[in-house]
Amino acid sequence: MHSVVQGVLAFVQAWWVELLCAVVIVLVVPLLAGYIVLVERKVMADMQARLGPMRVGPHGLLQPIADALKLLIKEDLVPGDADKFIFWFAPVLSMTAALTSMGAVAFGPWFQVARDINIGLLFVVGISALGPFGIVLGGWASNNHYSIIGAIRSTAQLISYETTAGFALVSGFLLAGTLKVTDIVKAQLDDHAWYVFLAPVGFFTYLIASIAETNRAPFDLPEAGSELVAGYMTEYSGFRWSLYFLAEYANMIVVGSVGVTLFLGGWLRPFPNVPWMAWVDVLPVVLLAAVGVFCVRRAGKQPARVQVLFMWAVAAACLVVALIFALAAPVRLAPLSFMYAGLYGAFWFLLKVSVYLYLFMWLRFTLPRFRFDQLMRLGWHILIPLALVNVLAVGVMLALYLNCGWNRWLATALTTIATLLVGMLLIRWNDQHAAAASASIASDGAQEEDAYAG
Amino acid sequence: MLDSLVFYFFASIAVVSAMLMVTRRNAIHSAVFLITALLSTAGIFLQLRAEFLFIAQIILYVGGIMVLFIFVIMLVRLDVALPRILSPRRKWVAISVALIVFLEAIIIVLMSRKIPGQGLLVSNPYPSDKLPPNTEDLANSLFGLYLLPFEIASVLLLVAMIGSVVMAKKRTDAP
Amino acid sequence: MMPIGHYIFLSLTLLVVGAIGVVTRRNVIIVLMSIELILNAVNINLVAFSRYYGDAAGQVFALFIIADAAAEAAVGLGIMIAFFRNRETVLADEMDLLKW
Repeated sequence: MHSVVQGVLAFVQAWWVELLCAVVIVLVVPLLAGYIVLVERKVMADMQARLGPMRVGPHGLLQPIADALKLLIKEDLVPGDADKFIFWFAPVLSMTAALTSMGAVAFGPWFQVARDINIGLLFVVGISALGPFGIVLGGWASNNHYSIIGAIRSTAQLISYETTAGFALVSGFLLAGTLKVTDIVKAQLDDHAWYVFLAPVGFFTYLIASIAETNRAPFDLPEAGSELVAGYMTEYSGFRWSLYFLAEYANMIVVGSVGVTLFLGGWLRPFPNVPWMAWVDVLPVVLLAAVGVFCVRRAGKQPARVQVLFMWAVAAACLVVALIFALAAPVRLAPLSFMYAGLYGAFWFLLKVSVYLYLFMWLRFTLPRFRFDQLMRLGWHILIPLALVNVLAVGVMLALYLNCGWNRWLATALTTIATLLVGMLLIRWNDQHAAAASASIASDGAQEEDAYAG
Repeated sequence: MLDSLVFYFFASIAVVSAMLMVTRRNAIHSAVFLITALLSTAGIFLQLRAEFLFIAQIILYVGGIMVLFIFVIMLVRLDVALPRILSPRRKWVAISVALIVFLEAIIIVLMSRKIPGQGLLVSNPYPSDKLPPNTEDLANSLFGLYLLPFEIASVLLLVAMIGSVVMAKKRTDAP
Repeated sequence: MMPIGHYIFLSLTLLVVGAIGVVTRRNVIIVLMSIELILNAVNINLVAFSRYYGDAAGQVFALFIIADAAAEAAVGLGIMIAFFRNRETVLADEMDLLKW
């Protein structure tokens, strides 16, 4: 017993940084997911020429807190014929998969729970492959037709686009030469280019696949309100539903982080190797100071006293963080010097992930929903062959650059054009095939029963 | 110390999940317990410093094969609990034979220390700090010495994919 | 560093539990799942010895076993679906078409 306690103490002593990172992730990510929902509602409102949530807190900033409180005090309904064990287990599994996969994501040079793990980004991709289980088990346990149909459709979509995402990531791994997260970012620093410029087809394939992986529009038929009530989440209410919901938004953060790490340069600032662009480093300080000053100026104009106090608190927080950023730059104290790279790195990383998520939201409010068979056809007939050809093309590009000594950008341009030509041929062939298939169905009249048909 | 704690944790979950899996009446419950057994096996791979195999187990076995099983159980509606009319005597004969085989194997493993020169139990294991990075080591073996089995495995997977699609497809034309 | 006997014992336990599942259960899907458990037990054994000898061959073999298990599960479940469509049963006792 004493040796067990000693062993645990030794473990905590050796790994306290990673444990602290893990605690921060588990505490902060649900809060962050709630605020991403608020941002999404505001962006949706902006694109629909209205204002969004404005009542709770100044400009609706306390809306996620109110939503969380409401969900916590809601009645916990379990359908009568539902399988109780799996009904409880499914949202827990979804949330666990989403949070565990964040373990290998590096939010900055020193913020990573599974530090220096050999398999790096593959850990993130693999653990988030456990997500579909929560969905299909939850849909089945609800004992509801709409839930099962939604769950099966959602899982089929998720596992189809996992292959595409994996192939798109392989093209990035080919360029990086390693799976370790810190080494991937270092490779982008050494190669003087973000990998989005060296493998653009890979990045955009990963973008589309990650939108489908997280059940976001235009791929959100499984949870479309007008089609399937709420899909697999129909029978879940209150806190259980919030677990699913948080798992979905945490998954969004995870796929965003993977895309940013592999393709968009991770925590590097724009133009990290160009010394005269070092003035970009003051951007975090300037941004935070501007937000703080804005809050100070608007604080006096708030209608209610609690809102005034809230604005002052937000302004104070922003100015303090701006001060920390500003001090870290010139001071660079020896024991705190790692914080300098870490703070600025985390800022750039979160900025890039926010841009990625803004792209998600923009697409959601612009494009109409895919029908399920169109979705599956896009995944299997167009994107998987395109991703495969892309891996081949990146390999050819690397061979031309490393072995034959071609200029890197010329090789990239040629192989990208070749991949896009193949993509266009695939789309053309697919259109002809789809037209022929629908023509034959129309002429036959009898169709075979399709479990996935809309 | 931590090594053995992690091992006992994963090993106990694996054994308990396996035993629960073979005794459940509901097929979906069995599948869920198989998922936990596979996840704890993956944990044991991680504890053995085989990181690539850990993530391969999770992606392929848990994320692929078990999804397949669950889909089939749901679509074929096998989740209804079936009455068990297997005669108890047959079941106990099977279980006792299995336990006897288990005891035999344990005795062989324990007695091997007394057999000189056989070396069934490894006395001095490879030191953990000299282990090469797992993914690179595995890749060197897989694409070097074991390239032919790798290619054959890919052909095998292609054949299995075509075969299962052909077999599970509904026959719409007249036989 | 755990003595390797622990891993052999674990592997044997899972193998025997899987074997009991194969022999005892009537539902063929659960038999297939028990076969997967047996393959996993073998994998644990292989990876343990691979670690103890410092040789990657055990892990390569385990990777092939995983690929093989996937192929076998796919084909086995395809057969099950085809059979179920014909006979409406998944119990091993009732699959007796070849009986005289």
